[in-house]
Amino acid sequence: MGGKMYLWLQTHCLAMNDSLSIQEPEKGFQDRIDREIRIEPRDWMPDAYRRMLIRQISQHAHSEIVGMLPEGNWITRAPSLRRKVTLIAKVQDEAGHGLYLYAAAETLGISRDEMIDQLHTGKAKYSSIFNYPTLTWADIGVIGWLVDGAAIMNQVPLCRSSYGPYSRAMVRICKEESFHQRQGFEILLTLSRGSAAQKRMCQDAINRWWWPSIMMFGPSDDASPHTGQSMRWKIKRFTNDELRQRFVNVCAEQVKILGMTLPDPDLVWNEQTGQYDFGPIDWEEFRNVINGNGPCNRERMAARVRAHEEGAWVREAATAHELRLQNKRISSVKENSEKS
Amino acid sequence: MRRDQHIHYLLHLADDSLILGHRNSEWTGHGPILEQDIALSNISLDLIGQARNLYQYAARLVNRERGMKEKVLPGVKVSGEVSEDTLAYFRDSRDYKNCLLVEQPNGDWGKTVLRQFLFSAFQFLLYDRLKQRDDQQVAAIAEKSIKEVAYHLRWSSEWVIRLGDGTAESHRRMRHALEDLWLFTGELFVAAPYEQELLAEGYGADLSSCRLPWEDTILETLARAGLFPPEDGTSNGSAHTGSAIMTRSRAGGKEGQHTEHLGYLLAEMQFLQRAYPGCEW
Ligand SMILES: [Fe+2]
Ligand SMILES: [Fe+2]
Repeated sequence: MGGKMYLWLQTHCLAMNDSLSIQEPEKGFQDRIDREIRIEPRDWMPDAYRRMLIRQISQHAHSEIVGMLPEGNWITRAPSLRRKVTLIAKVQDEAGHGLYLYAAAETLGISRDEMIDQLHTGKAKYSSIFNYPTLTWADIGVIGWLVDGAAIMNQVPLCRSSYGPYSRAMVRICKEESFHQRQGFEILLTLSRGSAAQKRMCQDAINRWWWPSIMMFGPSDDASPHTGQSMRWKIKRFTNDELRQRFVNVCAEQVKILGMTLPDPDLVWNEQTGQYDFGPIDWEEFRNVINGNGPCNRERMAARVRAHEEGAWVREAATAHELRLQNKRISSVKENSEKS
Repeated sequence: MRRDQHIHYLLHLADDSLILGHRNSEWTGHGPILEQDIALSNISLDLIGQARNLYQYAARLVNRERGMKEKVLPGVKVSGEVSEDTLAYFRDSRDYKNCLLVEQPNGDWGKTVLRQFLFSAFQFLLYDRLKQRDDQQVAAIAEKSIKEVAYHLRWSSEWVIRLGDGTAESHRRMRHALEDLWLFTGELFVAAPYEQELLAEGYGADLSSCRLPWEDTILETLARAGLFPPEDGTSNGSAHTGSAIMTRSRAGGKEGQHTEHLGYLLAEMQFLQRAYPGCEW
């Protein structure tokens, strides 16, 4: 085939493809989603899909990073060397999760700096669970059991999320989260078999964290504006209420192993539904914490902003040093080429 | 070899690692760059891991000999066997034997990486000697740890260079950090009585043989960072006489005479074990 002919064919066919996709890109996109084909960064996607993902992934990344604070609190006070290394490793894992997720969000055309800026200015949210204080060592156990547990319940379905980089990040993250959950439960198990003071510590932490944990699944379905579209796009696979119900079912059984109770007088096994019924959630509290009035919102943000600001000179110095090295390399290459 | 001197020496090595690891872990979640937060947490994990190996070994020795518990943990009521946690959580600051350098507060990121650098450069030489010595347990721990230490040294020297060379502000901060920490480096090379006794019997390491290679490492990196040791510091000349560095340096940690900082660190670290004694955690 002559070069001209080839060129003609190529441009012609490309144009045909283009006009097709311009006419019905949205339909083609939904079609891929329905056939369970992953969307990748270079694929066409609706703006709203992109925005929804950026919002969700960055929120998730921020939650990992802010979540380091309440647990980090206890690193220097961990009651044994074994617990200390486990906790450092756990908090470090969360930093790693933040990294994977920021990287996944960056494939959608937003930078890590922009996202962090949105967090610090309050434009972006993070999981409201981290606005509760960690008051005793038992809180570290409960966070592992309930908070990482709820995160797993939420995140396992996200491993099949329609956006490729997000789903792949979630696969790695979920593996580590299940470690965290087991470690947390083991802390509680030890406390529950310990002294009276340790048992009291354990029950008290469960009492304080239970309701905030089941709020982690977000507003109930009738008050969740994005759920419908998110499920059509297969970013989400189950509704908030479905996941919450599963979580309650699991925890209601696990708490028996600890010989402790969940602080809900309405919690009861329902033969007919084959599920646990549970009491009403205080959505007023949920909204309050989301809107910045939880017990630790200010402290958490202040700690993040402080770390960022106090690190500014370090980042500037690293950049300046890197630039100087590059310039040196360039000028030595020049010198060499001039010599020869 | 007197068993209690041997145990004191193991505790000294373990305390160095634990206290520095603990200090570094204060950064976890607050680092200037997410990747570096992870890196420093990793170093903490390595150091506390070393400490645990050494404490476990020391605990075995304590448990093996009657009356040793009372010598190593004077005034502490221990029911049953001594464990790594007994040694870490029930000794007060007068019984901790770490060098003063590692207990110094973190300060800014520059001071933290410099502290790591000054210590890792020393620890590398020390473990390199220990891995060839007669105490097989210590040799094995040193052998395993020295790979980690080599990484700590590389990571921290890269940061010292980056910050010394970076901006006017980072350079100024590094100069201050160097002034703060330099005073505590002399102690690294002064053998405590238990070290002298062990050395006489062929155990432990000859610290004086570490000094010149340590200075080489330090001066080379500082030069690349555009930094100099503080006045009358440790040029090779003064190191021979020992006078310049000695008069200005501060020591005592290895024999339990610490700076005020260690008490606060231990109060925080040990509070749960002490508030609820006799519990499993
Ligand atoms: Fe996580
Ligand atoms: Fe986690």
